[in-house]
Amino acid sequence: MTTTPGSAPAIEFCDVVKRFGDNVVLDGLSFSVAQGDRVTLIGPSGSGKTTILRLLMTLEEADGGIILVDGDPYTHEMRGGKRVPIPEKRRRTVRRRVGMVFQQFNLFPNMSVLENIVEAPVHVLGLSRAQATVRAEELLEQVGLADKRDARCTQLSGGQQQRVAIARALAMDPEILLLDEVTSALDPEIVADVLGVLREIAETTDITMLIVTHEMQFARDVSNRVLMFDHGRIVEEADPETMFTAPRHERTQEFLRAVLGS
Amino acid sequence: MSPETVWRWDRAWEVLPHLLEGLRITVLATVVGMAVASVLGLVIALAMRTPSRWLTVPLRIVTDFVRMTPLPVQLVFVWLLLPTVPSLVIGCTVLGVHYATYMSEVYRAGIEAVPRGQWEAATALDLPRSRTWLGVVLPQAVRKTLPGLGNYAISMFKETPFLFVISVVEMFTEAQKFGANTFSYIEPLTMVGLLFLLVSYPTSLLVRRMETRLA
Repeated sequence: MTTTPGSAPAIEFCDVVKRFGDNVVLDGLSFSVAQGDRVTLIGPSGSGKTTILRLLMTLEEADGGIILVDGDPYTHEMRGGKRVPIPEKRRRTVRRRVGMVFQQFNLFPNMSVLENIVEAPVHVLGLSRAQATVRAEELLEQVGLADKRDARCTQLSGGQQQRVAIARALAMDPEILLLDEVTSALDPEIVADVLGVLREIAETTDITMLIVTHEMQFARDVSNRVLMFDHGRIVEEADPETMFTAPRHERTQEFLRAVLGS
Repeated sequence: MSPETVWRWDRAWEVLPHLLEGLRITVLATVVGMAVASVLGLVIALAMRTPSRWLTVPLRIVTDFVRMTPLPVQLVFVWLLLPTVPSLVIGCTVLGVHYATYMSEVYRAGIEAVPRGQWEAATALDLPRSRTWLGVVLPQAVRKTLPGLGNYAISMFKETPFLFVISVVEMFTEAQKFGANTFSYIEPLTMVGLLFLLVSYPTSLLVRRMETRLA
């Protein structure tokens, strides 16, 4: 089954179950994200937000249910009423549309800044090194690090490393970008730089974004939808304005009070 | 005639050229042995990571066996098994295989020391498995193994006298030969010790520097 681009949701979770041992993190979760949506996931730690991103990056494997990207089954599909895994080769064609930025940056320390960015375009997309370098330089310009091109990643500050990591993810031209607490490991004074870069990307592209963050102001500025999670379930869903000023659910009110400290 | 017990400088100078000739073979055996050990050790370490028990269980048994038996015994065993192969070739190979079993553990530790986030970033970029290993994991792992590699090189260097048992004419064998001919053992054996020290001590300093720089 194939779907025409644009008609299917960018991301669709159908009854997804994820357990870590006896701990059920997601218990039959279903939700979908439209193409071009910017969705922020909020909720207390352990509520399953990060697990959702990790499932979408195939860093974890779901124990039940189906995940679709652009309508294409990702890691498992239903065949004759049975849930069967999808071979690695087909998984990879879907995974290529998804990019991720991590809390701990995870740059490759054995490579320079530029090498980090061209690595995947050259070895995955098959671009020539020259083509990939041109694109990488544009992206470095965009994140304000054009002069760090040949630096070792270990010589950069946390904020600079995270901006390189953002450029590295964008170099693959992802349709979906997953942002996993990307400012949590940064000093407060450089958080703004990184968020500024992400704001610009949100304004100038139509990449679908799934954001896990504790920066509520950022969530408010960038996203058009906020999902409040608790114990692996969506307890409330609203546009950011409503969610942050007039949350309906008691759990949301409690959580926002704790986070915003008001 | 009983062996001489008084130190004679003329004997010491006389034996030196022979010992230097032997040192050449000693160094050669170490370099070739280390090359074999580094490559084979990595192959073993990678093979042990495959999920196939048909590969890992026999491999574990073989490497344990090699590690639990003495090097001289292995040397003589292979030497008697392959009478047509030159003893220096056997010496280098057995040294290499023996040390490969230790080197594989150094590589294993190096690979495990690469943070999980590195693997995850490679997955997120959809890098193929081969590229994840060659471009990301191994360059970082090998860097961490360099000091271990250096220490085993020194250790192997000091064990080359065992090649005596399969009559490879390295430094120690030269000294024995000289002693047998002249009944002077003190000078050649002392010189052998000094020559070993002269090579291994600076090397160990180099390894120590590497350790602090890469740490």
